[in-house]
Amino acid sequence: MGDDAFLKNILLFARTLHRVGVPVGLDQRLDLLRALAWVKLGSREQVYHTCRSMLVSSREQLPVFDMIFSRFWRRQLPEAPRRQTMPRAPRHRSHEQPFTIVTYMAFKARLGDEPIDVADKAGTYSPAELLQRKEFSALTPEELQRVRQLIQRLDWRVGQRVTRRYAPRRRGERLLMRQVVRDAARHGGVALRLPRQQRKRKPRPLVIIADISGSMEKYSRLLLQLSYSLARRLTRVECFVFGTRLTRITPQLRLRNVDRAIDQAARAVVDWGGGTRIGASLHSFNRRWARRVLGRGAVALVISDGWEHGDPQLLAREVRALQRRCHRLIWLNPLAGRTGYAPRAAGMAAAARYIDDLLPVHNLQSLEALAARLAALGDKVTR
Amino acid sequence: MLSSIEATAEALAREAYIADPGLCTSLFLALRMGKALLLEGEPGVGKTEVAKVLARVFDTTLIRLQCYEGIDVAQAVYEWNYPRQLLALQTRHDGAEPEEIYSERFLLKRPLLQAIDAANERAPVLLIDELDRADEEFESFLLELLSDFQISIPELGTLRARHRPIVIVTSNRTRELHDALKRRCVYHWIDYPGPEKELEIVRRKLPGVGERLAAQVVAFVQATRRQDLAKPPGVAETLDWAEALTHLSAHELSPALVDATLGMILKYQDDVDTLRGAVAAQILAELK
Repeated sequence: MGDDAFLKNILLFARTLHRVGVPVGLDQRLDLLRALAWVKLGSREQVYHTCRSMLVSSREQLPVFDMIFSRFWRRQLPEAPRRQTMPRAPRHRSHEQPFTIVTYMAFKARLGDEPIDVADKAGTYSPAELLQRKEFSALTPEELQRVRQLIQRLDWRVGQRVTRRYAPRRRGERLLMRQVVRDAARHGGVALRLPRQQRKRKPRPLVIIADISGSMEKYSRLLLQLSYSLARRLTRVECFVFGTRLTRITPQLRLRNVDRAIDQAARAVVDWGGGTRIGASLHSFNRRWARRVLGRGAVALVISDGWEHGDPQLLAREVRALQRRCHRLIWLNPLAGRTGYAPRAAGMAAAARYIDDLLPVHNLQSLEALAARLAALGDKVTR
Repeated sequence: MLSSIEATAEALAREAYIADPGLCTSLFLALRMGKALLLEGEPGVGKTEVAKVLARVFDTTLIRLQCYEGIDVAQAVYEWNYPRQLLALQTRHDGAEPEEIYSERFLLKRPLLQAIDAANERAPVLLIDELDRADEEFESFLLELLSDFQISIPELGTLRARHRPIVIVTSNRTRELHDALKRRCVYHWIDYPGPEKELEIVRRKLPGVGERLAAQVVAFVQATRRQDLAKPPGVAETLDWAEALTHLSAHELSPALVDATLGMILKYQDDVDTLRGAVAAQILAELK
């Protein structure tokens, strides 16, 4: 193959990589062309390693790169390769009608539940107060929309932690020596002012691990809306969902459609006949993600009813491991809203002692309590 | 200047560092293009070693910046020697001019400034270790530095590097580095070595270890990496273990010996509990 044709193929290869989700910018392609001038084009191994060094920028991209490379350089150009697990760029997505929670709830409602009319209880509570207390599972589609808006408007903030960076502050604990010396230089060696500095504070990162199997799905959909409100307050939020398996959905959520993100993820992690494997999913989280996302004093928020189909002892072990690695472990359980609830299901019972805060999440009021709890998290670990 | 991938591999081998073709390629390209080399991988796979070896290959100094959370300009680049400055201001010889306190004499040069010091005779190797421990503000500062290799000190002026340092950045991946930084560097993921390579590393680094013991140690560690552990052992652990066993005058592994010394390769009690006893004996049996 002549050099010209070869270089054309290289660029085509780079473009193919980009299409399947390995971001390859123009500067990387130019660098690759430069680099190829220094290696033996006839050696497949050298070409492979050169392409890899120039085009891959993360470990996760390596398997995709290998696959595309071996298919591409078999002397036949494949048609658009099957998409891997990478999300497609926004411009490639087709614009279907989103399956929102409103239509979902309407669908469920048609199956037989009587939508309770808020006006029926007029005289005891005001409509707004009723909405506060009404169970999420009993909401009509219109009420659900309203609740969604109210959730966004709650004051979502995560408590702050002290960082190791300093910023000028009048009553700070340390002197700002640079300014002190400058002042001294102006006054013959004696500083007349002593500017101070103090450690900066930053909101803690939040990690949400949500059960989206069976009945937990609707609660999780509502709660994952939190991630927007928090992101606006400059809190780092990472979101994971699980059923029988765990997957990370943070990047998909950034595209602003919670329902679509969950639908896509559900196909991968929810096994309609298989029940929920909380322990195994948390194990997967602890092994693969905990080290990367729980740093910097993060708060972990697990949303699940605790009905475990796997080994309860495994669940207990993994919850303990999770608690050790985060600043605070908050478990949201819709069943906890029922009066007289005590964790009796085998899974919850075993894990309950390793949970810092076991909170209900069945109505708007409970969410206000959650917001208050999150905002109140302080510096020290109090267990 | 290394002229090819093969030359790079040879130069590294002469300094007892065995690199796979991928790493040699990335290193060669990084040097040739004047870009930093970003090494990501599990702890203990030899990321820091690369920088040390490079310093020997090019017969130059190794300047190391160890990153941690909250590291900022004062620890990484420079700080004024405040006590000395204050003293200079306060002790004035009569009639003499006051000393210029914003001069190099009062400047404490930290690693990044040392790396671009014009007084360097030749380009040093600059190792920025564990960048993932630093925060994002520091990362953006570093990004600027890696493009122009100059530092502005308000009272002194702009200091530029006479010889651009060879930059190696490492990360243990406790957080994702920003795309902009990754694009400024040549990225390379270092994996655990394969059995032959790891055995070769043990032979080179610890020539006194018996052949049979070395082979067993490597095979055992390779097997433990396939277990479900919180922290699989790195190459550093393999070497430590082999050395320790040699000090204990062991010639081969036995279940009792493994149980007693498991702490040399596993750093989490949970992992030790998982492996000690039956599982370790099983692995050992399969090796034979």
